[in-house]
Amino acid sequence: MKITEEIVDYVSVLSRLKLPREEKGKMVGELESILEYMDILNQLDTSGVEPMSHVFPVKNVTRTDEVVPSFDRAALLQNAPVPDEEAFLVPKTVE
Amino acid sequence: MSWEIVIGLETHVELATRSKIFCSCTTEFGGDPNTHCCPVCTGMPGTLPVLNQAVLEYAVRAGLALNCSITKYNKFDRKNYFYPDLPKAYQISQLYLPVCRDGAVPIKTGAGEKTIHIHEIHMEEDAGKLVHDPWIDQTRADYNRCGVPLIEIVTEPDFRSADEVIAYLEKLKSTLQYLGVSDCKMQEGSLRCDVNLSVRPVGSAEFGTRTEMKNLNSFKAIGRAIEYEAKRQIEAIEEGKRIIQETRRWDDNKDASYAMRSKENAQDYRYFPEPDIPPVELTEDYLTETRQGLPEMAEAKVERYQAQFGLPAYDSEMITGQKALADFFEAAVVLGTPAKLVSNWIMGEVMKKLKDCAMEAADMKLTPPTLARLIALVEGGTLNRNTAVKVFDAIFAEDGDVDAYVREHGLEQVSDTGLVQSVVEAVFAANPKSIEDYKAGKEKAFGFLVGQTMRELKGKADPKVVNDTIRTLLQEQ
Repeated sequence: MKITEEIVDYVSVLSRLKLPREEKGKMVGELESILEYMDILNQLDTSGVEPMSHVFPVKNVTRTDEVVPSFDRAALLQNAPVPDEEAFLVPKTVE
Repeated sequence: MSWEIVIGLETHVELATRSKIFCSCTTEFGGDPNTHCCPVCTGMPGTLPVLNQAVLEYAVRAGLALNCSITKYNKFDRKNYFYPDLPKAYQISQLYLPVCRDGAVPIKTGAGEKTIHIHEIHMEEDAGKLVHDPWIDQTRADYNRCGVPLIEIVTEPDFRSADEVIAYLEKLKSTLQYLGVSDCKMQEGSLRCDVNLSVRPVGSAEFGTRTEMKNLNSFKAIGRAIEYEAKRQIEAIEEGKRIIQETRRWDDNKDASYAMRSKENAQDYRYFPEPDIPPVELTEDYLTETRQGLPEMAEAKVERYQAQFGLPAYDSEMITGQKALADFFEAAVVLGTPAKLVSNWIMGEVMKKLKDCAMEAADMKLTPPTLARLIALVEGGTLNRNTAVKVFDAIFAEDGDVDAYVREHGLEQVSDTGLVQSVVEAVFAANPKSIEDYKAGKEKAFGFLVGQTMRELKGKADPKVVNDTIRTLLQEQ
């Protein structure tokens, strides 16, 4: 697949990244070399191989439906860039 | 040209588990902002989500009850999007191997019976709540709801009218309530519905371009939104315009829907297998056990109420329409109250009250023992039926004490024939004209005398005793 500046723009919108003009060209090259590597992998014949969904051979890891007291709110909000006493604050999103 | 409406539904249902889907925080509705949260559900780096067994069980129960085939090898997928209601920047959902597929739900409308096909049911986590604060012009994120388990039930585009949609949702709601997998309270957001709608000329085999409507918070809003959107699309096409595939937001106050900004429409979720949740394999034994553990559903109760209690089919269907009413009925009957009397009260006074108060049966405070006591007082002759209805009105809201209310207001029925007789004699003496009229064949005069006597006795007399006494005394005149 050929990476174009349009694709870089689209991916940056999806990932909420603002790229300066000069970095776009660099991104085109980097993304393309990643995809080229995928092309190498694609040369392998995987017709008889089940698609892998997990790296570890584990299954059915579940917990019982029990409530444990939640985290202290003040401690939780410490990690927020901009909190008030009760909530995480973010730029206006609601219409 | 005549048009056909084609609708498919996506219904999100919050499951009634105690804890969240991937962590042990409570799922309780409300609470102070961010007090039902932990590092897992607020998406802190380095945390590991672990699937709640009950979520799996509830999803399988729902699938079995909706006649789906159950996926034995289950996997979760990561749906990526950046929006602050989702602190991880992805939602753990199921895309490739949903837990249930190919279900069927029979519905009944005024137009007849039909089957709505379920495309799939998948498990996922709910997002948080965003509230804009105009004072600081910022949005406050509350993650209490983040990680509450959901199932999304996706139908095929089988609906052709709003009536069918409502009938399906009523059926779905009742089924999920009987299963105990969700309380389905629309006002608390535990049942939410997106409507995919297109129109096409009658007889056409191809689908038109569809729009998706969100923010439908009541059955009434759904009905109106469908009507609005179908009309909008038909008018646009007839004017030669094209329908644009878009997401529209319903505004209940304005009775209209609006296209959401195209940025919000950009959907490229870049799904990939969720690495944090290992696959889940369901065995045949597990499915058999779950199937056997399904509670008695509405259809079975309808049959049983007729066979066991001799209730008419109509009564049985009305009462089983809401699980809370069926539970109420059964609890009152267990207390020894005759089934038909309980049914009459439920279908009469109880349902009328619920309708007047725009209340769900599940939120009713009235308890079965209270209604049973009221019925017992009528049957025992302490209250006449009219007075009992007044008592019911008074105690309904707070499940008041029937005996105390009757005592305090002196409502015991007067069955003392001596007392009734003396009052009737006084009424006769005061109304000689009515007696003449009655003798002259005017049956209306009899009613008047009954009314006067009841009034003297403040409505508390046993109507049968009053009627008999007047009849007897008139013959002596």
